Parts: sequence; structure tokens; C-alpha cells
Amino acid sequence: MKTLSRIYNTLIFAFLYAPIVVLVIFSFNDSKSRSIWNGFSLRWYEALFYDEEIREALGVTLQVAILSALFATVIGVLAAVGIHALNKKLRKVFLTVNNLPMVNPEIVTGISLMLLFVFIYQTTGLLRTGFLTLLIAHITFNIPYVILQVMPKLRQMNQHMYEAALDLGCHPTRAFFKVVMPEIMPGVTTGALMAFTMSLDDFVISYFTSGSTAQTLSVTIYNMTKRPITPVINALSTLMFGTILLLLLAVNIYQIRDDAKKKRTV
Amino acid sequence: MKRTRLTLFPFGIWMILFTIIPLAMVVWFALTDDSGHFSLENMAQIVNYLPSFWYSIWVGALSTFFCLILAYPLAYSISRRSGRTQRTMVLIVMLPMWMNSLLRITALKSIIDDNGLLNRFLEMIGLEPVKLVGTTAAIVLGMVYDFLPFMILPLYSVMTKIDNRTIEAAQDLGSNGFQVLSRVILPLSVPGILSGITMVFVPSVSTFVVATLLGNGGVTTPLMIGEIIEFLFKGSAPAYNNMGAVLSLVLMLLILLCIAVMNSVDKDSDEIGGMVP
Repeated sequence: MKTLSRIYNTLIFAFLYAPIVVLVIFSFNDSKSRSIWNGFSLRWYEALFYDEEIREALGVTLQVAILSALFATVIGVLAAVGIHALNKKLRKVFLTVNNLPMVNPEIVTGISLMLLFVFIYQTTGLLRTGFLTLLIAHITFNIPYVILQVMPKLRQMNQHMYEAALDLGCHPTRAFFKVVMPEIMPGVTTGALMAFTMSLDDFVISYFTSGSTAQTLSVTIYNMTKRPITPVINALSTLMFGTILLLLLAVNIYQIRDDAKKKRTV
Repeated sequence: MKRTRLTLFPFGIWMILFTIIPLAMVVWFALTDDSGHFSLENMAQIVNYLPSFWYSIWVGALSTFFCLILAYPLAYSISRRSGRTQRTMVLIVMLPMWMNSLLRITALKSIIDDNGLLNRFLEMIGLEPVKLVGTTAAIVLGMVYDFLPFMILPLYSVMTKIDNRTIEAAQDLGSNGFQVLSRVILPLSVPGILSGITMVFVPSVSTFVVATLLGNGGVTTPLMIGEIIEFLFKGSAPAYNNMGAVLSLVLMLLILLCIAVMNSVDKDSDEIGGMVP
């Protein structure tokens, strides 16, 4: 039974990773083909340095991801604190509204925002689709993820600690940063990271809200699929995947060490 | 506690401006014609698009079914491992999600293409090549590939809470393997199944990316509803915003209805269970 389940797991993982492996291998291919191997080469990595379009898209993608994660985290944490203080009925109303962008199909969120931006532009001449509309859209779909990560941490923390801080003469703002913030920090970081990832990976909503002046990598890639895809993009995603892999490994090793340290002190 | 309510302000304003008003605009566009007058004409045209809706629901249901069948044993076997192995395996499941999904799907396409790696392998071992790209099978395969982690993760996060002693107790009381599965594990994993179904069904019904890349919309496979909406807003000039809004509205209502049904089956959880690791 154990070997059977092991074989099964390996097969599923192979299914999940086969396209990635192919993509990585063919980023080193010495021709444009994605199925015939012509020998090892780094020419696509070299070409990556000179590709204006991709570099620009990468810049937009990273800026939007960082800024939207930042704004969403601030708005989301404040909102979570506020929602937490509400009574049960109101809390449910807010959480339902919060869930809307998550349960709504991405395409509907995308076109609804596009209709709004186009309407505002046509009536006032402001908010022409571009970087700003892209950023607004990303903040919008990122906020719910932050709230969903922070809410459980607020529920878990000891409610009396904040009140104790106030009783001891602490200003509410100071009490929040000194008492509440450290308690909910794990949720805040996970939420921010999730927001960053969601923003990085989003295609559909960016596609409808970005216009032609600011394109994210996903939109650039989608436009490329209509003509033959250049392996330059394979090279770029191999690099990005490698970076994320290294980061995750580092975090994991750090965690394991941390666990070991905690065990020793206990 | 009055003061903490003030912190809801930015969130409230943001949600009204960028979630509620945009959705209201979809409704408004759906109920007017190009000149902005009230009209139900576009609404009435919905009948012409019913085949696309059925096809999307069919493809979505098939993808969800295969995801569930494939993910269930894997999620269970992950949940029975030791803590550190669990963490590693979950990481292995999540890792592909960090690579741009459009790229992963085009890579999948290059594997299953007419003269791709799969067919060349089949040829090598003396089998007939298969024509996949441009068929419903390819679309379903692409969706299963793309959305499988969304099924595995909620299943796993519910199953990991099932105590091994519960299973042992059932075995001690004389249950065979099948009974343990049907009377203990399955009922306890229902919340995970439901949230997994929602998380796979919603994107697979509404996507246009997978269908555009792997199908052959309108020629050998019917168009999915997402592809039509995309065409109405972005593909045609002038854009048919009103008709597009009608289809989006129907799609949204359809999905909200599905979610409401799912939630009524599982009354205990009021959040999207399993989403929070």
C-alpha cells in the first residue's frame, strides 16, 4: 500500500512538473524550437538583457506587485482590526463583501473595473487605463487575501492584553503597535506575501485594466502567444522560478533551524 | 471600542468605489443599449448564447471531477506523513503556482502538440500519434493541470486535522478499508471537498485563457463563455459592452448560485474553508 501511494504521488508530481521541466530545459536550447534539442546555449539569456519589451514589462510587474501588496496590507490590516471589533451581524456583512472579489470570476472583476475606468475617463478625462488603473485593480483583489490571513490571528490573540495596555495608560495607537501588531505579525506577513504572489501571477484582471501604456509580464506573454513565443521568455521565467526556489529554500532552512533552537531552549 | 471602527473607513470606501460600484455598472450596462437607454433587448439575446454556457459548465464540471479524483488520494497520503514531510510536500504542490500560468500552459501545449514530445514518444514506441490540441480533452487536461493545486490544498488542510486515532478506532471496531474511507475519512473531509470544488469550478467555468490556448474556439471546439466575453469587450471594434455585460452578469449569478448551494450543504463554515493554511 505504501509503495503504491508513493508511485501515485510521484506520478502526480511528475504531471505537475513536466511542463516546467520542459520549459527550463528548452530555455537552454540553441534554437527556437520547443520540442527539438539543438544543443546547449545561453543565447536566450543573453538576448534577455537586450529585450526592451520584456524588461519594461518586468519592471511594471514588480512595481505593481510591491506597491499593491503594500497598500493592500495597510488597508487590509486596518480593516481586519475594524471588522474584528464589530458585532457578529455586521461582521458577517463585511466579510461577505470582502469575499465578493474572491468568489467572483476573475473575468467579471476585470470587466467591471474596466467599465468603471472607461466611464470615468469618458466623463472626466481622468484615470486613463495605464499604470494607475492597474495598481488600483491589483490593490482591490489583494485586500481580501490580507484580511483573511489577519482575521484568524486577531481571533487567536488574548483580547485582554490590548485593554490592559490601555488601562496602564498606553495611547490606543501605541498600544496597537506595541501589543496587537506583534501578535498578528505572522498573519500580516503571510497576507502581504500572498498579495505579492497573486499580483505577480495575475493575468485576467491585468489584461482588462492595463491599457496599452503599462503591460505586465502576463499580458506581454499573452500577446506573444498569438505569434511564435520567443524562448527569451523561457529564460526569464527560469530565472524567476530559480529565484523563488532559492528564497523558499532559504526560508525553509531558517524555519527548521528556528524550530531546532526553540526545542533546545524548551 | 468606537475608535477602532474608524479603521474600517479606507476599506469601506475602497470596496464601495472599486467593488460595489463596478458591479453595479455591469448591471447597468446589461440593462441598457449603446445609447444608454433602458432596454431588455440584450437580455433577451441570452438564448443565443446558451450552448456556450452549457459547454462551459460541462468543461468546468469535467475538470472539477478529474481534479477531485486525482487530488483526493494525494492529499490524503500527504496528510498522513510526519510534520516536516508534510510541509515539504505541500511546498512541492504550491511551487508550480509561482511560475506564470500562461507559460506553464504554453509549455504543456508544446508537449501535447501534434509534433510535440508526447507524440514523438508515442511514435518511438510504435504507437499512433494522438491529436489533442484543439479538442475538448486538451482543454480539460489544461484546466486539470492548472487548477489541481487548488483542489489538493483545501483537501489537505482539512484532512490533516483528521486524528489517526479516529481511523484506528474504526479499524479496531472491525471496519475494512472501504468502510473506513466511506464512513470516517469521506464525511470528515466534506468541507475540504466543497471548498476544493468551488475553487476549481469557478475559474474553470469562467476562464478564457486555457480554452484560447489549447482549444480551437468556434472551429473544432465550441467557444467557452469566457472567450465570448473577452471577444465582446476586447476582440471586436466597436466593443459590444452591453452584450458582454449581460453575459458577465449571467455568469456571475450562475457562480454565486453554485457557491450558495455549496454553502448550504456545509453550514458550519462561513468563510472559504481550507483557503487559510
